Amino acid sequence: MSGAEFVPLSLTPILIGIFAAIACALPGNFLVLRRQALIGDAISHVVLPGIVVAFLLTGAVTAWPMMLGAAGAALISVVLIEAIRRLGRIETGAAMGVVFTAMFAAGVLLLERSDTSSVHLDVEHALMGNLESLIWLEATGWRSLLDPQALAGLPPELPRLALVLALVIAFTWVFWRPLKISTFDEGFAQVLGMRTDLLGIALVMIAAIAAVAAFDAVGSIIVIAMFICPPAAARLMTDDLARQVGWSVVFATLSAILGYVFAGYGPLWLGGSDSVSAAGMIATVSGLILALAALFGPRRRGMMA
Amino acid sequence: MTALNLATQNGLRPEAAEIATSPLAIRGLTVSYGEKPAIFSVDMTIRPGSMTAIIGPNGAGKSTLLKAALGIIRPLSGQTTVFGRPLDTQRARIAYVPQRASVDWDFPTTVLDVVLMGLYRELGLLRLVRSSHRKTAIDALQRVGMADFADRQIGQLSGGQQQRVFLARALAQGADLYLLDEPFAGVDAATEKAIIAVLKSLKAVGKTVVAVHHDLATVEQYFDHAFLINVRPVAEGTVAEAFTAESLQAAYGGRLATAQIDRLSQAG
Amino acid sequence: MLFEALTLQLGYNATLVAIGAMLLGISAGATGTFLFLRKRALVSDAISHATLPGIGLAFIVMVWLGMDGRSLPGLLIGSALSAWIGLLCVQWLTGGTRLSEDSAIGAVLSVFFGAGIVLLTVIQGMSAGRQAGLDSLLLGSTAGMLFSDAVLIAGGGALVLMLTLLLRRPMSLVAFDSDFAAASGLNVQRIDLATMGLVLAVTVVGLKIVGLILIVALLIIPPVTARFWTERTEHVWLIAGALGGASGYIGAAISASAPALPTGPIIVLVAFAFFAVSLLFSPARGVLSSVLRHRQYQRRVHLRQGLLALAQGQPIYEGYTLRLLQREGLARPDGVATGDGQARAAKALLDEKRWEILRGLQAHEATAARYDGLTGLETILTEDQLRDLDTRIAAPREIAP
Repeated sequence: MSGAEFVPLSLTPILIGIFAAIACALPGNFLVLRRQALIGDAISHVVLPGIVVAFLLTGAVTAWPMMLGAAGAALISVVLIEAIRRLGRIETGAAMGVVFTAMFAAGVLLLERSDTSSVHLDVEHALMGNLESLIWLEATGWRSLLDPQALAGLPPELPRLALVLALVIAFTWVFWRPLKISTFDEGFAQVLGMRTDLLGIALVMIAAIAAVAAFDAVGSIIVIAMFICPPAAARLMTDDLARQVGWSVVFATLSAILGYVFAGYGPLWLGGSDSVSAAGMIATVSGLILALAALFGPRRRGMMA
Repeated sequence: MTALNLATQNGLRPEAAEIATSPLAIRGLTVSYGEKPAIFSVDMTIRPGSMTAIIGPNGAGKSTLLKAALGIIRPLSGQTTVFGRPLDTQRARIAYVPQRASVDWDFPTTVLDVVLMGLYRELGLLRLVRSSHRKTAIDALQRVGMADFADRQIGQLSGGQQQRVFLARALAQGADLYLLDEPFAGVDAATEKAIIAVLKSLKAVGKTVVAVHHDLATVEQYFDHAFLINVRPVAEGTVAEAFTAESLQAAYGGRLATAQIDRLSQAG
Repeated sequence: MLFEALTLQLGYNATLVAIGAMLLGISAGATGTFLFLRKRALVSDAISHATLPGIGLAFIVMVWLGMDGRSLPGLLIGSALSAWIGLLCVQWLTGGTRLSEDSAIGAVLSVFFGAGIVLLTVIQGMSAGRQAGLDSLLLGSTAGMLFSDAVLIAGGGALVLMLTLLLRRPMSLVAFDSDFAAASGLNVQRIDLATMGLVLAVTVVGLKIVGLILIVALLIIPPVTARFWTERTEHVWLIAGALGGASGYIGAAISASAPALPTGPIIVLVAFAFFAVSLLFSPARGVLSSVLRHRQYQRRVHLRQGLLALAQGQPIYEGYTLRLLQREGLARPDGVATGDGQARAAKALLDEKRWEILRGLQAHEATAARYDGLTGLETILTEDQLRDLDTRIAAPREIAP
């Protein structure tokens, strides 16, 4: 395939897929270890009401207010889950189930009731994303990467996701030690003077920001796969946290590339004509990687407690 | 002895100076789960350089006392001072060893890494781990006889080895006050001996040790002071002062045989 | 319109849908209770999302066989099969690897959903797939439903409800105390499996009305709501069933009364409204009563501690305690007890003393367990018993062995 074809049509979706997958996988590692994997589930469901409310308030589909709206919704959902868990003495899973389904339902209802015909916002898109549409028409080949005029035409999702990825990496790097210590031994972390409650909320907020940024590209459900599958598969490969995070980045990248390629070219190889959903295929590939890790991963079994 | 015992219970006003020098002083600490207090209005003054056992029957609130004093559980009321100052200003001087069962030993990390966690206050967020830090950690492991296990995955350790690693992490902190929650629970006899030897060596250099303990039989042998609790504080002082027939009876009620009480209080 | 809808006057289809939604709600609430009590509420999330690839495959197979791909029975069979496989995957991941159940659930639900989305895009590419309308199964849609589908849903709801009633006894035994159930000869594993089967049936029947993303709400919200109204676990499933039924019925009716009111979200929001009211106002566990009770309790604890400190001449360190004592006229602003305060303080000290003695007496072990730092012993013991205690306070302290 020539650069003239690859750069405008495939380069940006692949990069966006990779950035989204890594941005989700990094906080996902800690969520999985904290037995909070389903917080990722909850967050990604409440992104929808968040962006719908932001849209209703601003009247336009603009990125940053929607990011804010979604992060706000994530914060509300986490606070609600915690409140229900404590006040009602309800187990976390059930509390999550109550909160995210209700908020998601509210989001769908709001969306159906408001006039979004003029804008690019509908339930199907919110659920499935549309990675394939994030193309770079201004590009003519690899040389466009150095051409400021062409670069100006990059889909805005790409720089946005790059920024979010940088933020996630910075967060993980700076707070590596507190995250590690408080995930392993919260009581000890508290006695050291760490605000483990704030740290926990910060982790969820970072996950929410990653989810919102990725949401555009891959939709709200498949984000969950990116939070959970690469870290879960990575956990089965090694007993060292740093290496686990490394593996999760590798698996996230692999899922994004292979998923995109299979979605775009798989049907052609099989004699079909139309490509299939890249986001769905990325989730499927990440699931296959997890299945392989569960079958052959060197550390697939824990200690027998 | 009994007179002194009664005096503390009836609360002859503890001298302000005693609080000011105490490594850990607690006043009016109440914690409740729902509307049932786990501990109620507890005062405790640990003496500098002592080895104190917090002792009482199951459900007496021993661990709760320790956790609430350290701010891990939010109390309904009460205050803690550490070396006469607010807890938050003194955290660098405290080493805490939680119950072994309170953490996930399947966590992907090594023994050395866990011990290095004890150096967090020194390392902060981003400072690199230097060979001097690593040496501190290895030294701490050496003191508990675990230096050979430094690179081992923590999930592969036995219960006793896990407890030693936790103790090594506390040693690496280089604190002045060591608080241990059930350090002997579910460990082998050799580990128990090793741990007590380390604790005694801490005391020998003037450190203060407080441990939640549940084995009445070994208190006298291991500790010099005891704090007897059953929701309410029952007695405190040297082991001899704290272990009287009445206080043991009050803390344990019918759960101790008379013969046992006699033996313990006489030993004291 | 709403009134007509609620009184079933909007025609055959709307009526059948409302009844079907009610039956479905009852069985979802009851079945969900057993799941909730087993602390596995979110397994249902994995099950429901895992239906999607089955729906897609069923459509493709039916078209390939020359049938109408939209045939609801065929789609439901496909969805049940793939949900079952999803459930097996969750079990395989939790049992066969070190991963915890939450990770397994999250992985299965998202991966199956992703695979389902892939299949849906395949179907969109097929000539028969342009009008497949399978996405209506994501969020539920009862608009323009075929009469035969409405009958299928009402019948399915009734069937699931019957099965739930049939299995409720063994399921509740296992949910309340699985060890006891096992000891009394029940096959816990098989009953768990039956529960999962029912969850699956609820999911499948609910696909058309509520949709696969929100069906978990019907399995989770009513049991959680019911928990606020009873401490007796055997009543939870009855209340949950009633709440689920009401949510389904009211939600379906509201949705039928106006356009652009999607059935699934409305039903979920009705259920959530019940929940929100319960969370706030339930007398036993509601937020309002909990906060009030906690305040009250904290006040009593501080007051008591203040009195004990007064009685023993100790300084009072906490401002709140001091303020309370002043407000009650028990202490002066400088922390010195008033006459009333001295009397109350002496009483509190006596109480503590009595409790302390009592704790050492084997005969009173059961009473000793009732200590809460607040209750006066005179409200528990007889006067004779009290007198007996008081003599012990005076004397035997001196008789050390």
